[in-house]
Amino acid sequence: MVAEKITIEPVTRIEGHAKVTIHMGDDGRVSRAFFHVNEFRGFEKFCEGRMVFEMPYITPRICGICPVSHHLAAAKAGDVVLGAPPPRPASLLRELMHMGQIVQSHGMHFFELAGPDLLLGFDADPAIRNVLGIVQANPDLAVKAVGLRKWGQTIIATLGGKRVHPNFAVPGGVNKALHPSERDLILQGLASSIETIQVGIAIIRGWAERNMEDIQKFAVFPTGYMGLITPENGLELYDGQIRLIDRNGDQLERFSAQNYLDVISEHVEDWSYLKFPYYKKMGWPQGVYRVGPLGRLNISDKVDTPLANEEFQRFKALNNGKPVENTLYYHYARMIECLFAAERVQVLLDDPDILSTDILNTRTEIKGEGVGVIEAPRGTLLHHYWTDEHGQIKKVNLIVSTGHNNWAMSQAVDSVAKTYVQGPKVTEGMLNRVEAAIRAYDPCLSCSTHAVGQMPMVVDVFDPQGNLVQTIHRGL
Amino acid sequence: MPKPKISTDWMCGCAGCHMSLLDIDERILKIAELADIRATPITDLKEPDESGVDVGVLEGGINNTANEEVAHRMRKRCKILVALGDCAVFGGVPAMRNFFTLEETLRRAYIETESTDSEGKIPSDPELARMTRVRAVHEVVPVDIFVPGCPPDPDVIYYVLSELAQGRKPELKGELLHWH
Repeated sequence: MVAEKITIEPVTRIEGHAKVTIHMGDDGRVSRAFFHVNEFRGFEKFCEGRMVFEMPYITPRICGICPVSHHLAAAKAGDVVLGAPPPRPASLLRELMHMGQIVQSHGMHFFELAGPDLLLGFDADPAIRNVLGIVQANPDLAVKAVGLRKWGQTIIATLGGKRVHPNFAVPGGVNKALHPSERDLILQGLASSIETIQVGIAIIRGWAERNMEDIQKFAVFPTGYMGLITPENGLELYDGQIRLIDRNGDQLERFSAQNYLDVISEHVEDWSYLKFPYYKKMGWPQGVYRVGPLGRLNISDKVDTPLANEEFQRFKALNNGKPVENTLYYHYARMIECLFAAERVQVLLDDPDILSTDILNTRTEIKGEGVGVIEAPRGTLLHHYWTDEHGQIKKVNLIVSTGHNNWAMSQAVDSVAKTYVQGPKVTEGMLNRVEAAIRAYDPCLSCSTHAVGQMPMVVDVFDPQGNLVQTIHRGL
Repeated sequence: MPKPKISTDWMCGCAGCHMSLLDIDERILKIAELADIRATPITDLKEPDESGVDVGVLEGGINNTANEEVAHRMRKRCKILVALGDCAVFGGVPAMRNFFTLEETLRRAYIETESTDSEGKIPSDPELARMTRVRAVHEVVPVDIFVPGCPPDPDVIYYVLSELAQGRKPELKGELLHWH
């Protein structure tokens, strides 16, 4: 057995460009695996010189899967820069759009991106291991999944004119009020959406029971956890303070996004275009933490909607109230959040202020600096702008959801490769598990490098002299 | 007659055009009926069949050496190449990068940003692609069909794919050629 390097490129069913290299030792076992993010666009530079009110329209082009996150984070940073806090109805409407996005993004990830692994199996034929394979295997479920995503997208389009890259939030508020007929249109789809989400929850719970051995050995490791939180430690996706806990669940920090630079630093490695954020006071790499669905449920003590809270209690019991460390439980956490978001739509639409036309604060007292924060589907998103006295952008700093999970994804890739990949005959199914480790985090690599990419898969096998011995094209 | 094969990929864009493709909702079943959907970012085949596909769809412009490879491979393996969305057609928002040098763009992201620690450096590794100027697809390989929009409307995408899948050339004009 000779030492080899295996390259997985591109990784599929994730958003963005990445590849994995697996370095094999002489004994046929994995010595180390790397997760490389292979794209860079440069929004932090080329937004310089634009006006702050353009940012909610430029920055969503970072990511077409969660454009609403960037749209709203940019508008929220603009609120602070312009000194124009939005009226309550505008905040409710922004949150409503955000819940639409959580539903469509989480729903799509669960059923259409990760679903093929769960429903068809990690070792299924890669030619059918995709959403169309689900259409074949379970057409009824596929139609429901399409309907769920459609409902989430309809909420976004109803408020912002179109499904991807809507035009809605502006610094100081939003540009359109909600008509009662539009409220009713959204409400029509609520019950069936909740039903589909509950089908998803039943699927992941059943899958977890049948695959407990995998759950317990698939990339389980301690980290800190971070996300927005309500004043009473409830799950929060739109606004509030940021809570950071350690691996035991004890609070390390509770801070306003305006002060994130005191808490978070980013590390750079040569082998990835994606930076590695960490908790400044603990240093790199001791201060690593995870965000996104698992991180948010781990920092929360409760969920403020009844159905999601019931499910949340089951989640909390998985590790007796301590943080849940299993990468595969991201899927479960994601569907619990999806349920919360759907229930939250009802709460927002029942609010008497939701139809108000008091939707814009036109005051302009330019402060020259502001931070916008939101919980994007994939985790905490921070936009930080500095402007001149006219609101023209001088500098931009972005810390994007998927970035916070970069260390964890790298760790998960290394861990799963060591657990499941073994020579001399490396199978496609083994490598798909490595990809699934990344997929569990639902990374958005366009977001994270403010760039976009994809992970397909070619395996090159090299001998120790670096000569290409064999190339395996997965699934072709 | 076998169903025509369609393959898609994304480069320097935001995945939003592929999301708009998914926004055709249940009509995706109709497309799957008309055509054989091969390698795409949301399926598990890694690249378009070596034996060729009928329709290749590219989202995003070209901003690095990896994207150049993707574009050349798709052009070589498909009969009809579709540039989907403003980035593929014109370069789009990411082409704003061309107003700056690559060096200053990379320095800002990996060294100067306020949250980057004192050990910041521009990533450089044989595994990583090298960045280039941002270009529209047609600046690198010939394109047959241009579908503008940020993203193109789902109805337009459905029209284009269903026409191509039935061996007809889509005529993009009037209502089909609106973009916001």
